Amino acid sequence: MEVSYYPGCSLHGMAGEYDESIQSVCRTLDVALKELPDWNCCGASSAHFVDDALAVRLTARNMAIAERAGRELLVPCAACFQRLKHADKELKEDAAHWIDEPYEGRAEIYHVNDFFDRPELLDIIKQKVTMSLAGLAVVPYYGCLSQRPPKVTDAEQPENPISMDRLLRAIGVEVRPWSYKTDCCGASLTLTRPDLVRKLSGSLFEAAGEAGAECVVTDCPLCQSNLDTLQAEIQAERGASCHLPVFYVTELMALAFGDGQTTRWWKKHFVDPTPLLQEKGLLHVCR
Amino acid sequence: MPESQAIQPHFAFLAAVETRSGESVSRCYQCRKCTNGCPLNFAMDVMPNQVMRMVQLGLEDEVLRSKTIWLCASCQTCTTRCPNDIDIAHLMDSLRQLSREAGVAAEQKIVKFHDAFLDSVRRHGRLFELGMVGQYKLTSLDLFSGTKTGIGLLKRGKLKFLPPGIKGKREIRDMFKKKKETQ
Repeated sequence: MEVSYYPGCSLHGMAGEYDESIQSVCRTLDVALKELPDWNCCGASSAHFVDDALAVRLTARNMAIAERAGRELLVPCAACFQRLKHADKELKEDAAHWIDEPYEGRAEIYHVNDFFDRPELLDIIKQKVTMSLAGLAVVPYYGCLSQRPPKVTDAEQPENPISMDRLLRAIGVEVRPWSYKTDCCGASLTLTRPDLVRKLSGSLFEAAGEAGAECVVTDCPLCQSNLDTLQAEIQAERGASCHLPVFYVTELMALAFGDGQTTRWWKKHFVDPTPLLQEKGLLHVCR
Repeated sequence: MPESQAIQPHFAFLAAVETRSGESVSRCYQCRKCTNGCPLNFAMDVMPNQVMRMVQLGLEDEVLRSKTIWLCASCQTCTTRCPNDIDIAHLMDSLRQLSREAGVAAEQKIVKFHDAFLDSVRRHGRLFELGMVGQYKLTSLDLFSGTKTGIGLLKRGKLKFLPPGIKGKREIRDMFKKKKETQ
């Protein structure tokens, strides 16, 4: 199976381990990733803050490239995913206004959870597990932009998504119920108003703890970064002790598939996941 | 009890906002779903439902000077839940744009952040994280916050020192030029 791949700026930057773990999982599942040639930044939240038309122009260029490739398009970053979905809808309505070529919308866009959560791949995922992650209690954290607004994302259950739950169960993980699956972490306010991000992300840790989770799993690079890099400060501010590693869903999949590279990724995390994995006997495949 | 004050509505602002955003603010009947679901309402000076009412009444200055429009994180919860199908998060985009154009944006650090982000994209075609943070720090004079996180990122090799580049850089620059021409 061949799919187009739009890594986006985060995966080529701060979220390198997300990129690497997706590549690892796709190798195992025999999915060939074809990176979109010469893709550009989607503009994230900044472009639509400043200029609606610029936001569409930036993403329309990428969708035109994806259209030429003609394959399904995997977009791991939630913000990129939502912006590209938005452009796809604008282009379907009036392509000539934005680009100089025909557009039918041949590249159907998926974010990571929904891409892997399809019956034929779920079966293979279950077969490829060499080390079940049974006994690891997690909360699945979807964040905002892979789900909302549903008229853009086409999410079926934007208030209670379940695709990551199914993926995690397929690799043996114990998925804890909680009601914060799609609550905002503070997103791009990290640099400008870290006080607000600490407050929002702090509530997530509290809820994850109450749900009995030992770690948080996400498929959004900005959520991962906010929850991971600010956790120590949040703890200090709240006077509460918590040690909740924050994984990308594909990192856990690669771990379950027995990929030895995982150790390298753990070193990139601010909240070190190795004590937890050691306790669970999940470090033995790593060197 | 505070004395009640009569507001003389004027509808030019409502029309300007509806034209800019394409959203029908007039449909809002104050159910307050937006405010109740807003994760950032605790930090706002005007609640999202109040912004809607103020736009209807033409309280231009109060809306455009509010912190609320800048603290909105675009999480899209309000847009998802609005029973009148108003894309409130998109309306916030339009209000931020009008606020900047009027020169009254309340949260200057947030303005500088988005400018730094877009400057980086204009220059390189993709985001250069280190360069963007550098520009943001210098222009916002927010020099010392997040130092610990920054050092942690560098130590873990998460920040690249060289900017990315794409062949279509010129196309991207042209997109930004178009923006200037239409303003």
